[in-house]
Amino acid sequence: MRLRVNGREMEVDAPPMTRLLDVLRIHCELPGTKEGCGEGECGACTVLLDGEPVCACLVPAAHAESAEVTTIEGLGGEHPLQRAFAEHGAAQCGICTPGMIMAALALPPSPTLDDVRVALAGNICRCTGYHAIYRAILRA
Amino acid sequence: MRTAAASLDLVRPRSVDDALRSIADDPSLAPIAGCTDVFVGLNAGTFAGTRFLDLWPLEELREIGIRNGAISIGALATHTAIQESPAVVSRVPILAAACREIGGAQIQNRGTLGGNVANGSPAGDTLPVLAVAEAVVVLRSATQERRIPFTSFFTGYRQTVRRPDELIVAFELPPLDQVQWFRKVGTRAAQAISKVVMAVVGGERPRVAVGSVAPTVIRCTRTEAALAGGATFDEASRIVESEVQPIDDLRSTADYRRRVCGNLLRRFGTETQR
Repeated sequence: MRLRVNGREMEVDAPPMTRLLDVLRIHCELPGTKEGCGEGECGACTVLLDGEPVCACLVPAAHAESAEVTTIEGLGGEHPLQRAFAEHGAAQCGICTPGMIMAALALPPSPTLDDVRVALAGNICRCTGYHAIYRAILRA
Repeated sequence: MRTAAASLDLVRPRSVDDALRSIADDPSLAPIAGCTDVFVGLNAGTFAGTRFLDLWPLEELREIGIRNGAISIGALATHTAIQESPAVVSRVPILAAACREIGGAQIQNRGTLGGNVANGSPAGDTLPVLAVAEAVVVLRSATQERRIPFTSFFTGYRQTVRRPDELIVAFELPPLDQVQWFRKVGTRAAQAISKVVMAVVGGERPRVAVGSVAPTVIRCTRTEAALAGGATFDEASRIVESEVQPIDDLRSTADYRRRVCGNLLRRFGTETQR
């Protein structure tokens, strides 16, 4: 099947019910998207599917066909959110970080703290206590 | 994923009619849409089905509109689309409220109203709302369409009247002019499965529905009759506590759930100042 990931057309040989998470990490060799719980609880595998945050562990590859997929690799490393996370110490073990950043991308410009809390309600971090994450996003 | 993806077939219809023909030919097909429940089972290796019917691309099942005075919500309307629908927000704000408390944004972007109902979990957050709204479930097969009152849709734990060759295509909600109220009680606001979830409609014919307290979502008809007969909320709360049949499980205890049901009904009374 043909996918468009981070602006690049990719040809992938995977069964249609393969998890998008596995397509990205294994077939596309993009390991930035992390697997946490594997059941849509933790948000570590969040990617954008046509601009909307989704859990890649709950999306069949077939649903990504003809859609635009954006992963953390698509931000290039110098995105304002990535810089803010580094500057504000918003990562400790780092497993949740790509998902947090991808979920934050869906926020409107100049979000309120409530906006951030709602947008990230589906992302769980077991290290930071969230305050540094919220601070980074608000100042990105 | 514990289930081998290569062992799974996906039939991809191009229209609803095409989908109905496929499921008539092979009723073993499991309909899927946003997959937020199905993939939990596949990831855990607990989902038995191996052949799936992909409804997700069928745009005609996403429509939300007004028909003959009722609001019609396509089975594939996502929880996000329902929250953003002016028709839902103005007519059935408790449905938008329920959708806002399902999972997080990622789940709301993919999970559908049809899926929440078809999954049949007694903890499904939209189910008490559909019960008090007296919604109608529109079931369609290749040969006929049936309209089933929501309160008759579930026959037991995760059991429904849907026949293997039918698809849920829409829900129809008649106008609600009375005060509406919804409350979910869980460990946290997001990403938590309900310990108790309650929806109430006030007025001369009060309606009370509760989830997570019985094998299916239930309408509390004795409580409703008491309220209609002028019972105080303290009296009605005692009745609702005796009417629900909760169990102890990993999320809560039966005693706690009973107490919460009574408290929620009192809270409805306080907040709506009846």
